[in-house]
Amino acid sequence: MSSMIIVDRRSNPKGKSLANRQRFIRRAKEQILRAVNGASSNRRIKDVESGADISIPTGGISEPTFHRSGQGGIRDHVVPGNKEFMEGDTIAKPPSGQSGGRGTDGSPDGGGEDEFRFVLTREEFMDLFMEDLELPDLAKRKLKAADAVLWQRAGYSSSGSPTNLNLVRTMRNSLSRRIALKRPKSDEMLALEAEIAELEAQPGKDPDRLMELRGLLERQVMRAKRIPYIDPIDVRYNRFTPIPKPAAQAVMFCLMDVSGSMTEHMKDLAKRFFMLLYLFLTRRYKQVEVVFIRHTHEAEEVDEDTFFHSTETGGTMVSTALEEMKRIIKERYPVADWNIYGAQASDGDNTTSDGGRTAALLEHDLLPACQYYAYVEVGSDPDAMPAGFATHARETDLWRTYKQVTGTETPFVMKKVRHRREIYPVFRELFARDGAKQSEEATP
Amino acid sequence: MTLAPVERLKPVKRSEPGEKAPPPDDANLLYTGADWDYDTIKRCHDAIQEIALGELGLDVYPNQIEVITSEQMLDAYASIGMPLLYRHWSFGKHFARDEAMYRRGMRGLAYEIVINSSPCISYIMEENSITMQALVIAHAAFGHNHFFKNNYLFQQWTDAEGILGYLDFAKAYIARCEERYGQQLVERTLDAAHALMNQGIHRYPRRRLDLQSEARREQERQEMQRQLYNDLWRTVPTKKGQKAPSDEERRRALLDLPEENILYFLEKKAPRLANWQREVLRIVRHVAQYFSPQRQTKVMNEGCATYTHYRIMTRLHETGRISDGAYMEFLHSHTAVVFQPAFDDPRYSGINPYALGFAMMQDIERIATNPTEEDRAWFPGYAGSGDAMAALRDAWANYRDESFILQYLSPHLMRKMRMFHLHDDSDENVYRVAAIHDERGYRRVRQQLAAQYDFSSLDPDIQITDVDLAGDRRLILEHKVQNGVLLAEEDAKSVLQHVANLWGYDVLLFENDDAGNTLRKLTVPARTILLAE
Repeated sequence: MSSMIIVDRRSNPKGKSLANRQRFIRRAKEQILRAVNGASSNRRIKDVESGADISIPTGGISEPTFHRSGQGGIRDHVVPGNKEFMEGDTIAKPPSGQSGGRGTDGSPDGGGEDEFRFVLTREEFMDLFMEDLELPDLAKRKLKAADAVLWQRAGYSSSGSPTNLNLVRTMRNSLSRRIALKRPKSDEMLALEAEIAELEAQPGKDPDRLMELRGLLERQVMRAKRIPYIDPIDVRYNRFTPIPKPAAQAVMFCLMDVSGSMTEHMKDLAKRFFMLLYLFLTRRYKQVEVVFIRHTHEAEEVDEDTFFHSTETGGTMVSTALEEMKRIIKERYPVADWNIYGAQASDGDNTTSDGGRTAALLEHDLLPACQYYAYVEVGSDPDAMPAGFATHARETDLWRTYKQVTGTETPFVMKKVRHRREIYPVFRELFARDGAKQSEEATP
Repeated sequence: MTLAPVERLKPVKRSEPGEKAPPPDDANLLYTGADWDYDTIKRCHDAIQEIALGELGLDVYPNQIEVITSEQMLDAYASIGMPLLYRHWSFGKHFARDEAMYRRGMRGLAYEIVINSSPCISYIMEENSITMQALVIAHAAFGHNHFFKNNYLFQQWTDAEGILGYLDFAKAYIARCEERYGQQLVERTLDAAHALMNQGIHRYPRRRLDLQSEARREQERQEMQRQLYNDLWRTVPTKKGQKAPSDEERRRALLDLPEENILYFLEKKAPRLANWQREVLRIVRHVAQYFSPQRQTKVMNEGCATYTHYRIMTRLHETGRISDGAYMEFLHSHTAVVFQPAFDDPRYSGINPYALGFAMMQDIERIATNPTEEDRAWFPGYAGSGDAMAALRDAWANYRDESFILQYLSPHLMRKMRMFHLHDDSDENVYRVAAIHDERGYRRVRQQLAAQYDFSSLDPDIQITDVDLAGDRRLILEHKVQNGVLLAEEDAKSVLQHVANLWGYDVLLFENDDAGNTLRKLTVPARTILLAE
């Protein structure tokens, strides 16, 4: 009796709203970008790549309509739930409230309608976060990685080693050749033999036929011998062609001075810098390893937690850290297989006598192995310093040392950072699309 | 019911005897357990249909029930419930917000969405239990469906057969425009049109809407214009002796002013729009018009659907087709839906249309079958007639919220809901209780409540009154201010900017009170962002 139809729409393509969502994100891009940068500064390294709850001002994405103002004038409402009122009663208005009985839009957290909240997916978040940024020297990376080779199937060849024999192709060629040349089929020959045997079993039954059959069989056997079942020209081998393998793995060295002169604030800045670098690398490489090297007057490799949180006392010798990095590269990360990135954070202190050695290590041992090496000099929070004090910071020992190394062709940059809010711009500058050609002596 | 569902082949899950097959203990039950499959849905639908058509005498479009996921439900929300609306960023925005709220658990999803089309499409969500699905079928596929098909507003203003095809055309048309004229320009045009959506509705019937031939008519209109154009008309001299009408009269007649349908006016008369932009305005206008009956019948429509599902589910329970447990589950949802917090409750956010609608329908049933003396005095027409459904069907067919409340709200219900009328004058520092649910107040409370559902309370009364054709072509609008409540200024300016962009020249809005005094003037200069090269 029922004319009802049930349709299952669940398997319809998902994300029907995707086009609308993209339009929305494009529309609100500026505000979203600002929110994304804000959100990323309050995150831990490991969370940095998850999606984000984003809250943006409704400015550019409001949908205005003509509607009456919430204030002024005379309003009449019928409301339910009268308990004690009689006609003519008066009720005092709440002191500050402008709108009376109906729908006040203020929300308890004060966010109200000014903010528009929604969730960005991981991909959307990262794309916006990474916008315009590019790792430097990608061409060089490819070049460098070219000695690693990947074999890839590339059709068939008529020569090759037996292990690469392609049976299917070979047999197909063989079959077509046999058909073309009319090689007698084995079941035809078997049938002939059977018929001969039958005639032979009854001697004298049909001698002419027997003769004829014998002749036929002989000719067929000859023909089968002349036309081989598999001929060398049938044989095909799988062909492999070498293609250069891009090194899909990268290692990132985090070097940090942990001597007493590094304050928590400086470490926090350094951490943010490392975090960003890590993010960039994970965008570009399948596998990114991170090596943490901390140093005072001696260096050691540690885990992340120790790196950021434990304190050491001692002097400061930057060369020890570079030495350690060099050792680890040699032991574990052959240059041919790994893309190596170095990131160093320090307050700029170094023992004066160590300068020459540090520069030499960096210039001759590390930079040739590295795709990129970035030095970030972290400073005290300018907000926390007396006015006028922060403005004329002198150049530090390490800064002077490293300045000798910089040149247009070296994959090396250095920057100064004083405040958390400077990290991201500095990073953008370091890795901006036009590459490492930024002027290194630019002061923040 | 002879088809074996594929699920049967799968390993048997624990605990679901109701997965398939006639229920074990009581053959009369439609289902047991919470899971559903197509068989049970069909069984429920048939049982519900029997009650709806037979007992309640409903008259519905053929039903199409679509099973969707929660994500698809969010999707449907975002595009104002329409399955194939054109693309626009605002739908993405709504989706993003709804999704965030849903994820955070701040808001549940509606159980259903139903589309006023023929066949009438009801969406049900896959994760709901079979009881909920039955509830939704009774509510949407029969309650709303009957209302859509029979209410005069829907009959007058919507075209159930044509809407899906029209939306298809609209979507394709706008996609084509985006290709030809660029996403940005189309988006801006749509932005402007959306801002004026509520001012894009004809309030008084002109002709029967026929959406199916819209695509063809669009072409015909253009062709007609092309053929009729003849520059010679400009040079025809006017007859001597005939007194030329005054400039203002001529101008107004020429432009059909005043006009309250701003979108319509702009579509027809804006001098600088491209033809495709006019068509875009037209599409938005049609969509707005299609939804306008729903805005005017919220209480009735939900009341009708809620009353229907309540009657049907109760009947199913009475006849032993659903178990006590299922009926309890239903009641749990039902009471949540019709809950009406009192005005001083923190949960209060206006009158719940489900609650008021359902209460009024039940009240009509009571008056028809078991009236008091008071009811007989107030509703001599149908009190005690004994046929509740006839009275209800008549109400559903011939009223909208405003007139329905004015006609049917009974003193009994006003007392029951303890309604009172609160007068709020911004010049005073107290609210005044103007009327309550007593002998003196019934009529005033009822009148006031009905007024709350009238056009004039839904949207401010804004009209295009004149165009300065001789001067700078400025478009002049008037807001007829009621009770001294002006427009919200920020938004009004943004919308006026959209009007100005569409019109192509400056726009001026007067906010006048009843006596014609101008309370405020807003002027917005045109920007040329909408003009195609």
